[in-house]
Amino acid sequence: MSEAARIHLRNAQGRRYRMEAAFRWSALITGGALALLGLSRRSRSGVAVAAAGGLLSYAGAKVGTRQRELIARSGIVLNCTPEKAYQFWNKFENLPLFMRHLESVTLMDQTRSRWIAIGPLGKRVTWDAEIAFDRKDDMIAWRSLPDSEIYVDGIVKFRNAPANRGTLITVVVIYQPPAGAIGNALSKLLGKDPSFMMRQDLRRLKALIETGEIPTVEGQSHGPRSGVAAAARVINPDDPIKGDYKLTEVLEARRRAS
Amino acid sequence: MKAVCWMGTEKMTVETVPDPTILILVTQLFALPALVFAVSDLHLYNGLMPTMEQGDIMGHEFMGEVVEIGAGVDREKLKVGDRVVVPFTIACGRCFFCQQQLWSCCDNSNPNYWIAEKMMGYSPSGLFGYTHMLGGYAGGQAQYARVPFADVGP
Repeated sequence: MSEAARIHLRNAQGRRYRMEAAFRWSALITGGALALLGLSRRSRSGVAVAAAGGLLSYAGAKVGTRQRELIARSGIVLNCTPEKAYQFWNKFENLPLFMRHLESVTLMDQTRSRWIAIGPLGKRVTWDAEIAFDRKDDMIAWRSLPDSEIYVDGIVKFRNAPANRGTLITVVVIYQPPAGAIGNALSKLLGKDPSFMMRQDLRRLKALIETGEIPTVEGQSHGPRSGVAAAARVINPDDPIKGDYKLTEVLEARRRAS
Repeated sequence: MKAVCWMGTEKMTVETVPDPTILILVTQLFALPALVFAVSDLHLYNGLMPTMEQGDIMGHEFMGEVVEIGAGVDREKLKVGDRVVVPFTIACGRCFFCQQQLWSCCDNSNPNYWIAEKMMGYSPSGLFGYTHMLGGYAGGQAQYARVPFADVGP
């Protein structure tokens, strides 16, 4: 099956998951309401209604509880040629420079690489990937090897943007987290919206390719903050890595980008 | 150093904060001989702009003297001791908009672009001493300020 066909198949799966979610919530709400109604009657028929409501809630709660896939897709226009963008992305070691949840990507041989991501509380998730196909200055697809603890497949395309605006880059990454602690950590890491995370990564990529650095205000001086805002920052699950860009890393990034 | 901080609506105080350091490459520090109070600072003072945070350093537009230069700055354009006026828009000089000289539309200088995108559909450039929606860069009503992409703007 071609990579594109697989992605379409997965989109269909995504729709099914959404249907399941709709059924689950309607069953939970209706069941809960029936149970309350039955209990408030304080009669024999009331007990029967409450029991039926309870059963409906239970059935609803059981639907679609299996681990779902997380799909991140996004695109951005880079002010450079497709060749330059391709060359930058083709070195997978470059990805952690702008993908914030990645700690490192190391090449094991021509096609295979080992990826390490950092989850909440510094928990590390490791997987191996291979290049599925690779067309120069056009697209790269990669998939995780069968015995990985987590499956991450991705495809990136480089197209000439209209009106000589540079390169339109589109990325789709499909995460298939396992059940259990690692899966939960990864789901939390990707947050409610994996595509948003990807978009932030691409904005960083854009800045890095165009200017050779990623502007940041993290770590700048400021006056006393309010306690409420500080607490909100610490508990924000969407940004688990309170990173700071080290100067040496930025220098390294600049060297690679030029 | 001392800096004017926004502590809430119609409440600003002078606080002692750590001196700024170079966080990214194309960066400089300026010693400021004079304070400038821009009209749009009043919007912030009155609490009309969302996404301000307690403790933010004010100073939307400023001028000063270069005291330190980051590694990525073009030394021919700027050197230590130069007196400069810093525009409040931060421009990278290399993205599509900067190449059209539309500096305030710079694609790269606002790290919190997504808040602006949600509100306005598209993000403008980052601004000094303004809201976090526009980058949250510390401003110039202080003894020193950090200026990213300093060989483009000043």
